[in-house]
Amino acid sequence: MQKQSIFQSKLLPYALVAPQLAIVLIFFYWPAAQAVIQSFLLQDAFGLSTTFVWFENYLELFKDPAYFAAIVRTFAFSLAIAVSSLSFALLLAVMADKPLRGSMLYRTLLIWPYAVAPPVVGVLWVFMLHPSLGVLSRYLRAMGVDWNPLLNGDQAAALIILAAAWKQISYNFLFFLAGLQSIPKSVIEAAAIDGARPMRRFWTVIFPLLSPTIFFLLVINIVYAFFDTFGIIDTMTRGGPGKATETLVYKVYTDGLLGGNLGSSAAQSVILMVIVIVLTGIQFRFVERKVTY
Amino acid sequence: MVEEEGFQRYLAHAILWIGIAIVAFPVYLAIVASTQDNAVIANGQMSLLPGGHFFETYYQTLFVGTSGSTREPVLNMMLNSLIMALLIAVGKIAISIISAYAIVYFRFPFRMAIFWIIFITLMLPVEVRIYPTYKIVADLHLLDSYAGLSLPLIASATATLLFRQFFMTVPDELLEASRIDGAGPFRFFWDTLLPLSRTNMAALFVILFILGWNQYLWPLLITTRDDMQTIQVGIRKMITTTDALTEWPVVMATALLAMLPPVFVVVVMQKLFVRGLVETEK
Repeated sequence: MQKQSIFQSKLLPYALVAPQLAIVLIFFYWPAAQAVIQSFLLQDAFGLSTTFVWFENYLELFKDPAYFAAIVRTFAFSLAIAVSSLSFALLLAVMADKPLRGSMLYRTLLIWPYAVAPPVVGVLWVFMLHPSLGVLSRYLRAMGVDWNPLLNGDQAAALIILAAAWKQISYNFLFFLAGLQSIPKSVIEAAAIDGARPMRRFWTVIFPLLSPTIFFLLVINIVYAFFDTFGIIDTMTRGGPGKATETLVYKVYTDGLLGGNLGSSAAQSVILMVIVIVLTGIQFRFVERKVTY
Repeated sequence: MVEEEGFQRYLAHAILWIGIAIVAFPVYLAIVASTQDNAVIANGQMSLLPGGHFFETYYQTLFVGTSGSTREPVLNMMLNSLIMALLIAVGKIAISIISAYAIVYFRFPFRMAIFWIIFITLMLPVEVRIYPTYKIVADLHLLDSYAGLSLPLIASATATLLFRQFFMTVPDELLEASRIDGAGPFRFFWDTLLPLSRTNMAALFVILFILGWNQYLWPLLITTRDDMQTIQVGIRKMITTTDALTEWPVVMATALLAMLPPVFVVVVMQKLFVRGLVETEK
């Protein structure tokens, strides 16, 4: 697509794109290229010499059971966060889509958590479910649960998933509500005239029509769980206890802090880049399809 | 319109209020905790009703800070966050709108190549290239500076794509008309295109401000001086690993202060927020 009517100038357009191009080249392409190059190099213990080692850094990573565990853990977290947040948000959106009094107020009261930063989410939840002083922990203990996420890895993972899903409810709710409102009312009426009860109407008519939105949100939620949970994990568990809540991004961060193996850390970054590109690619293909339909 | 029976309607109201309660409960707890005495909270005896330490806690939080590891007043952290968020939002909009203008309204060699160079940045968030980016910022002596905080986060294509898309929908007749009036590229941009883009810019600003204010990993890496800390980084440093030393009322007050500006923006500018959210995800 091109404009028919344009300006003639030799230098001006370059001056206009220059600031963005400069920032993108310095702060995006240069570091990305550095990461890729470094992932093929091996540095000796004193940082004096480097050798080109092809894919050795990658092979080392995939042979490392700890890295493999982090991959599995990250995908498990993503799926758990996405499914729990999406289903709760869908329930709320279906309710808010009904012609109710005060529906605007409901919307306002449900969308604000979008604006809460991940580390703040972490702080709020860690306080609520803190083993010794958390308000909810009291009730959990009263119910006979031996609640201590500081020592129990599964409980720590559950805590992260709950907090991360909580933050994402508002985003999912907004997109579900928009999706529901774009379904023509006549379709639902037709189903009602055919005698379908509300539950049946939902599963046979509304849910299939909503599937593009669900798929879009699934991808967005997985990307969110990969990257934006960093702040939540860092304030709640710092990857612990043990490595029970260490995701791929958190591993890149801690491995880099320890400052040990530059090549391995770069290889980890490159693997993350590939994962994001694949996820974005899936999302773009889907958006294309939505446009042509 | 499909009529809902009475029971169904009550059920919907009930479910929505339960949802709101679940969503709001952690924040309610933070409000309550920020008004209570730390000793009571540390004992696990916290009541679910507000206490009487409101002014005391917030005064200490805003102007003094915790007595532990970080003595930085939170007001100062909020100022840092504000400057960073504004730089990111304004900077991104400014560089994006002019580069989109060049790409749409001019023909020049490498135009599409430049467009793709910018477009590809859409795919990689700063989290996947933190250490190499850190090294460059360090080499440029930008650690502990506002430029170092904001520049790497400005490098992304969302805003450029958005403005490009919008400019494509602006009718050609407007350019013809202003050309007849003798307007050059600067006048046309300033007098015609910019006023037309106002709503788009506002929607984008709302989203970018929230994203900027909520940045965490990047500021955590590149700020070492306490007086350059943003509020998101500051709050993490307040939670000490030895529980006894954590001043929970101050931590909770800081958490509430950290969410106040972005939540205020979402609630007050809801229309722009929803528009911006939907458009940046396209």
